[in-house]
Amino acid sequence: MNPLELTQFTATSCIGLGLDATLASLAAHRGGLTRCNFETATIDTHIGEVSGVDAQQLPAQWSIFDCRNNRLAELALRQDGFFDAVGEIAARWGPRRIGVFIGTSTAGIMQTELAYRARDPISGALPPSFVYGTTHNSFSVADYVRRRCGLEGPAMVVSSACASSAKAFGTARRMIESGLIDAALVGGTDSLCLTTLYGFHSLQLSSPAPCRPFDIARDGISVGEAAAFALLERVSDKTRGDSVLLYGVGESSDAYHMSAPHPEGLGAKRAMQAALAAAGLEPGDIDYINLHGTGTPSNDRSESQAVTSIFGPTTPCSSTKGATGHTLGAAGALEAVISSLAIQNGLMPGGVQTTRVDPTLTAHYIKENRRGPVRRVLSNSFGFGGTNCSLIFGRAG
Amino acid sequence: MTLSAYIGGIGVLGPGLNNWPQAAAVLSGSQPYVAAPTVLPTPSMLPPAERRRTGRVVKLALAVASEAAASAGTDPAQLPSVFSSSGSDGHVCHEICQALASASREVSPTRFSNSVHNVASGYWSIATGSMMESNVLCAFDASCVAGLLDSMTQVAVERHPVLLVAYDTEYPPPLHAKRPIPDALGIAMILTPERAAGSIARIEVALTEEAADKLAEPELEALRLAIPAARSLPLLRLLAKGVKGRVILDYLDVSRAAVQIEPCA
Repeated sequence: MNPLELTQFTATSCIGLGLDATLASLAAHRGGLTRCNFETATIDTHIGEVSGVDAQQLPAQWSIFDCRNNRLAELALRQDGFFDAVGEIAARWGPRRIGVFIGTSTAGIMQTELAYRARDPISGALPPSFVYGTTHNSFSVADYVRRRCGLEGPAMVVSSACASSAKAFGTARRMIESGLIDAALVGGTDSLCLTTLYGFHSLQLSSPAPCRPFDIARDGISVGEAAAFALLERVSDKTRGDSVLLYGVGESSDAYHMSAPHPEGLGAKRAMQAALAAAGLEPGDIDYINLHGTGTPSNDRSESQAVTSIFGPTTPCSSTKGATGHTLGAAGALEAVISSLAIQNGLMPGGVQTTRVDPTLTAHYIKENRRGPVRRVLSNSFGFGGTNCSLIFGRAG
Repeated sequence: MTLSAYIGGIGVLGPGLNNWPQAAAVLSGSQPYVAAPTVLPTPSMLPPAERRRTGRVVKLALAVASEAAASAGTDPAQLPSVFSSSGSDGHVCHEICQALASASREVSPTRFSNSVHNVASGYWSIATGSMMESNVLCAFDASCVAGLLDSMTQVAVERHPVLLVAYDTEYPPPLHAKRPIPDALGIAMILTPERAAGSIARIEVALTEEAADKLAEPELEALRLAIPAARSLPLLRLLAKGVKGRVILDYLDVSRAAVQIEPCA
């Protein structure tokens, strides 16, 4: 595929608001997981909660979009001069030529959770103040972002569970390559809610402790929240050697089970191979792999097998979910930004929380940070329904 | 910028629309439209354990997807797909929100697995054994054209066939009052980069600012407006009539899709 340049990017998660704070946490090998004290949840688990989401206001003219998910999106959009960068590309291409493609799994469903607690005692009706379309509906976050940024090109949400915002890069890439648009605002936003906290708990997939990806004692995920965005444009004469490019996108399905990965990671393997083929790269060209690495026994086992079958046992890899938690539909975009920071700063972030790597997992999991040239990074995102997406980022020069 | 493809098989299921041949007869005017609740078939293509767990949204999507694949004579396992819907399983969502509002907060693990927006795509992959990529989109009332645009760009860029499935089901009360989709309606079509023996028509899609076409019959127009996937009805009418023509399909506040159809005769 023709590479695309990430001309601007930003991320907000429990390890930091914006790039500087995120990089500082990664460099310090510092995580952001805390004991769950979210809303009225009474689950023994840890979460990756972003501070300041509740206090974030939306501009008054878009108050109909008000919900935790869009507040988180607003908070993230305010970092790193992102609005200014959007203004620049809008001036360059025109708002109609810029699409908006955002991944989310639950969007603003918390508004509906709250509304169900406030039903009319006689009629059962939801409260009049509850608005479905601009909060609960998955599209609400893309609709908010496009209005807030004044972009008028094609817009849609990709919602394929925990692969959502990785796949949003694929959709954006096809739209640009086809000539329908010239640039895209791509990203992901997922916020804490009771549906996911209690849902993963019901499946016994969330850990009471901070999650420990690839650890011999790993016992589940820590649900997190994040918003991460990037601007994608074609490579131009303004592209610098240290610019970060999207080189490859690979997607696949498991055809196996709704909530368990293929035991040998066949779908994951297929996605990674497709990304390498799209990028025209060999496995040996990849310097670091940012794993899906959720910390469930089954994910890490199948992903390790898939990684080793392609890359062998020496390519350094780690999961940053021990630091950020599993930010679900936002994970692909968050980890795209982390991959970009790894490339720009020559930093392979070692896995936080993991103390003893499971010796049966043959992938080369790194626990400590490594410094050195990082030219190409592969980032994995897999989701319920057996949906897989691998992205390859790298330096332009 | 215009994107082009060839339409292979088509699938339709909705209120008073039982399959593509019958829907085509209604849309071309050779049969009257008789409103009736959508009857969703049991997805026999799924293993029994999975079949028991599927709700209306999965039944609907699998029904129209398999009708389109079968009529095109395409092996579904080899088809990349795009599933686009304005919501996931509304009944599952209701059950989860009700459980979370109760004292026990016991969420069913199966319901949680089935609450994802990509539930139909996941079951389609399991049912057909397809490991091909499957994209899953939502654009609220604009979901149908969102799916069409993503499918058309896949055909244009990847030069591979795509199964497009656009489908919506209803929410039960009390959510129904806030999102009053009246019944289930889905459409599916196979889009290919090259003309094949079974190609029905050539399709061209471009963005436009023109207003969306309406349907003259009040009942069909009401359906078009009530269910997002039914925003495709003006396109299906052209295909049903088997004539060359151009229609404008509803999309976002600032843009619509201009669709040009030329039958393959």
